[in-house]
Amino acid sequence: MSDQLSQPAKGAPERTASDMSPTTRQVTAGLARRYAAEKRFRLYGMFAIAASLAFLALLLISIVSKGLPAFTQTYMQLDVPLELETLGIDQQTVDGLLDGSISTQAIRRANFNGAIRQGMRERFPEVEGRSATRALYKLVSSGAEFDLAARVMDDPSVLGNRLTLWLPSDDEIGALVKQRADLSAPDTLVTRLDDQAIAWGAELKDAGDFDVRFNTTFFKNGDSREPELAGIRAALVGSAYTLLITFVLSFPIAVAAAIYLEEFAPKNRWTDLVEVNINNLAAVPSIVFGLLGLAVFINFFHLPRSAPVVGGIVLSLMTLPTIIISSRAALKSVPPSIREAARGLGASDLQVVFHHVLPLAMPGILTGTIIGLAQALGETAPLLMIGMVAFIVDIPQGVTDSATVLPVQVYLWADSPERAFTEKTSAAIMVLLAFLIAMNALAVMLRKRFERRW
Amino acid sequence: MSTSQLLIIALVLAALAFFAGRARAWAVAGESGGIRSLHSLPIHHGAMVALWCLLPALVVIVGWKLIEPAYISAVVADTVPAEVSAKGRQNVSLYRNEVENLAADGDVSDVTDEGKRLLGERLIAQRSSSRIALSLLVIAIALGGAAFAYRKIAVPMRARHSVEGAVRFLLVSSASIAILTTLGIVLSVLFESMRFFQQVNFVEFVTGTSWSPQTAIRADQIGSSGSFGAIPLFTGTLLISAIALLVAVPFGLMSAIYLAEYASPRVRNIAKPLLEILAGIPTVVYGFFAALTVAPAMRDFGQMIGLSVSSESALAAGMVMGIMIIPFVSSLSDDVITAVPQAMRDGSYALGSTQSETVRKVVIPAALPGIVGGVLLAASRAIGETMIVVMAAGLAANLTANPLEAVTTVTVQIVTLLTGDQEFDSAKTLAAFALGLMLFVVTLVLNVVALYVVRRYREQYE
Amino acid sequence: MIHSMSTTTISDILTPPVHPTGLNGEEQMDTAFDDIKGTVGTQTVDDPKMSAHGVDVFYGDKQAIFDVSLDIGNNEVIAMIGPSGCGKSTFLRCLNRMNDTIPTCRVSGSMSLDGQDLYDPSLDPVLLRARVGMVFQKPNPFAKSIYDNVAYGPRIHGLAGNRAELDDIVTESLKRAGLFDEVKDRLDSPGTGLSGGQQQRLCIARTIAVSPEVILMDEPCSALDPIATARIEELIDELRQNYAIAIVTHSMQQAARVSQRTAYFHLGKLVEVDDTNSVFTNPQHELTENYITGRFG
Repeated sequence: MSDQLSQPAKGAPERTASDMSPTTRQVTAGLARRYAAEKRFRLYGMFAIAASLAFLALLLISIVSKGLPAFTQTYMQLDVPLELETLGIDQQTVDGLLDGSISTQAIRRANFNGAIRQGMRERFPEVEGRSATRALYKLVSSGAEFDLAARVMDDPSVLGNRLTLWLPSDDEIGALVKQRADLSAPDTLVTRLDDQAIAWGAELKDAGDFDVRFNTTFFKNGDSREPELAGIRAALVGSAYTLLITFVLSFPIAVAAAIYLEEFAPKNRWTDLVEVNINNLAAVPSIVFGLLGLAVFINFFHLPRSAPVVGGIVLSLMTLPTIIISSRAALKSVPPSIREAARGLGASDLQVVFHHVLPLAMPGILTGTIIGLAQALGETAPLLMIGMVAFIVDIPQGVTDSATVLPVQVYLWADSPERAFTEKTSAAIMVLLAFLIAMNALAVMLRKRFERRW
Repeated sequence: MSTSQLLIIALVLAALAFFAGRARAWAVAGESGGIRSLHSLPIHHGAMVALWCLLPALVVIVGWKLIEPAYISAVVADTVPAEVSAKGRQNVSLYRNEVENLAADGDVSDVTDEGKRLLGERLIAQRSSSRIALSLLVIAIALGGAAFAYRKIAVPMRARHSVEGAVRFLLVSSASIAILTTLGIVLSVLFESMRFFQQVNFVEFVTGTSWSPQTAIRADQIGSSGSFGAIPLFTGTLLISAIALLVAVPFGLMSAIYLAEYASPRVRNIAKPLLEILAGIPTVVYGFFAALTVAPAMRDFGQMIGLSVSSESALAAGMVMGIMIIPFVSSLSDDVITAVPQAMRDGSYALGSTQSETVRKVVIPAALPGIVGGVLLAASRAIGETMIVVMAAGLAANLTANPLEAVTTVTVQIVTLLTGDQEFDSAKTLAAFALGLMLFVVTLVLNVVALYVVRRYREQYE
Repeated sequence: MIHSMSTTTISDILTPPVHPTGLNGEEQMDTAFDDIKGTVGTQTVDDPKMSAHGVDVFYGDKQAIFDVSLDIGNNEVIAMIGPSGCGKSTFLRCLNRMNDTIPTCRVSGSMSLDGQDLYDPSLDPVLLRARVGMVFQKPNPFAKSIYDNVAYGPRIHGLAGNRAELDDIVTESLKRAGLFDEVKDRLDSPGTGLSGGQQQRLCIARTIAVSPEVILMDEPCSALDPIATARIEELIDELRQNYAIAIVTHSMQQAARVSQRTAYFHLGKLVEVDDTNSVFTNPQHELTENYITGRFG
């Protein structure tokens, strides 16, 4: 507050001890010690804030530095011979494909992997021996065959010819390329790859056959056991469905409850009970809501497990108190003069609220709703209880399909032993945080834009 | 028709009813001297007809759906083979579940077991007739309700009153959902817990020191009793929560003091939102950070100074949880500190105290009830926090007070017991609900006391 | 030394001008209403305890006090009166630098205690406030026991060597504040539980427990009933034996009853200061007379 107060005196007043009153003498004697305490106390405060913010910075930096590589994917260029024999496709099928009498789905299961392996062997003809070739094959991602299959199914005329294309590389060598590591000095690298594999990598790199591109797979795929194939699409869609249900349920109910409590509720024990209940529910551990969901909605009402609809119901029960409390604050901030003016024109109680008070309170209510939904978006524990913790590869098509959500995906990946999943987890967290920041920014903007000072 | 289709049909009928009612009101008004002659606006008449159409139909759908499972199960009970029923309730429900799964796609013709096929066929038949009956009933009731209201439309009809009454009812019911939720929580955990305590002695549960739910899967196993002693879980929860509070309370309180008493408005405007970001980060992120960064760092540091620190140490989980709670403590404390009247500070300054003496000896003692309330809320949050401990604390129930060892908590055990495959009647699953009951009761008491204290405190300075 | 200011507001407030009364001294007033030039009366005393000279106080850009010079003598009660917003409380708060707690407040001119400049950087506000105590308008006991309220000052300043000495200080202070007999059985009960008058006497006891040399009182009775007010007034009269006291009050009767000198402030200026008797019986400045006779205020 005051600068003078907290500044230690620069020197004792120029007075001889005999001039001083006993009080002055004693107070002067203690001053240095007291100002030292003052300074220490202030430092504690600054330290507490600095430490908290430092932790925040550490957390964010650690996650961003771990997660950034996941947004790119290393590709390697390979010349693949598409021999029918290797692929296990007969000429008849090829003819059928070309004249359109056979669907391209017929070659979905062809041995594209074999073709890629053959391409690798041709690229590194000097490699011999079973274990060496197997190590060689591992440079390419096991998902590369799907890319090749897609290309061939797009244009079957390449069958029987050679095709040069960019295929995703394995995550270990990919990570090294992304880090711009010096592949010519294997001793300095931290990797699970052996020196032989690194030498192959160096050869490819020198030939310009590596390329780092934006990782579209991460946003297009569902979960996978292979880190380089795993994506967050399914979790994102699951989160969207869950949040949609949460919004559809919690918003109208919360607004109605807030209107009742703020505008109509008589002051009696029932109202008191409701209020105490709402305040208390806001502080009940989220996992307890999960138990409620499991016991009531799944075991009693037999709603489907793992489905966004149940997740949405549970989360809306959880966010209701938050939205109700902020909606009541918004309604309370509308001045009584507005209500009196409307009532003076002969509007009924409900018309007063729905025509005048509610529209004016809406920005505040929406702000509270967005903040409540942001909380719901980050919630994990109750969803574990209702089984939204499944391994979901397919993108959910509706609110009753099995699904997972973004935070649960983070939880699942965090448990995986593969190192590349750490990267994915951090990246998923970044996406989650980006959504949360966007939602909170929207709430702040709404508040700034429509804030009224009555 | 499926339930969702039925709901859509009811909504469409209600919309039609609205337009019909409104048109009818206009017509009535036209016959009797214009719109001003009506008691209520045409829109109110329309809404009234729509409500008469929709509400009874909804009540029927919900009621039907609530009764249907029990009814069907009673009807088909005699189809369950005698040798299955003879083995007891448990087996019947297992058998039923199996058949339910087979019948889920509406076709059991490929089922080889004759008993199961018969039961499945009956289930499917019952379901389809129930669906048809419900559909007919709902449509009839919707149309009937609408027709009833439609015929009532007249000049003196107080449609607005009926509509507003219905809306008020909706408002009241929405507000009551909070009570229903609490009731639902209490009933669900209480009911399952009681079933658990039929199998495991309550006293044993709250005083036993050995927790090992896995051994109890085989109910016939001798000596499976005694493995549901929850004391290690309670002490583990307390240990981690205590560590969290040891971090959160000093840091949160000092941050609040600095922001409320010392910081310039500029610093306050920057630091406060930044601190609140900490509160907005999902707990799963903290869990990830605790498990992958903090815990290994602590283990390595412990190794360096010659201490054996578990990689799932209570210390790591507790510290990260504490950091998560800092903004919670700081914003609650900030509120109560700024509520202390300036006059009290002036009185202290006028006696010649320094700012820190004023804060420590006058402001904090005056704000103490509010701060205690905030700390209780923080404790409740620490006890109920799940994701950080699930990811960073251990699974094994150790009865220890050493923060460097791994301990497990109530919430970790609830998650472990209830995720993955489960059998709903086993003591293992029910134990999760008993733990949930403990968790709910403890946090409820903390919350109610804290909210009461904080409210009393606010009233004091208002 | 003379600040001019627009005083249209004064004319608005006042009844139409009457003839200026005769003025003593060199200061010649053209009209009492357009400009308050300097101060009428005796601003100085022999051997002042505190002394202010040419003090201006600003809150941000707004000037609240204009060129005020005033002495406070030993063992006297000086009353500061004037209409609301006249700056008397602001002036009082400058005397122990309580205005430091308001960030925008700025003080110029000189103020001194025993000849030492209050705003000298080497002077410590903590020490100053230990020597110049203050009692506020609204009783503001701490959320502590009665005992701890009184013991607070001695404790922070380390005035008592041991518990027995502290007990003595507390008892003595409560006695001198005339509260001891009423609370001696419940020294451990909270200070906030006392009645308004008792709370204010507790605050006075708290102030004198530090053994200050000057006590500033900012409308100490405005929140109290007449009986409690009478007790505080008696107390002020007794305290005069040991302390210099400056009291801001809204009540002219109170000023007349308790003070030896009276200073009349108007719109941030010190209009007149003199013996209480002469101010009330024979005001020299028209504004003072108007105020005392109840034309405004």
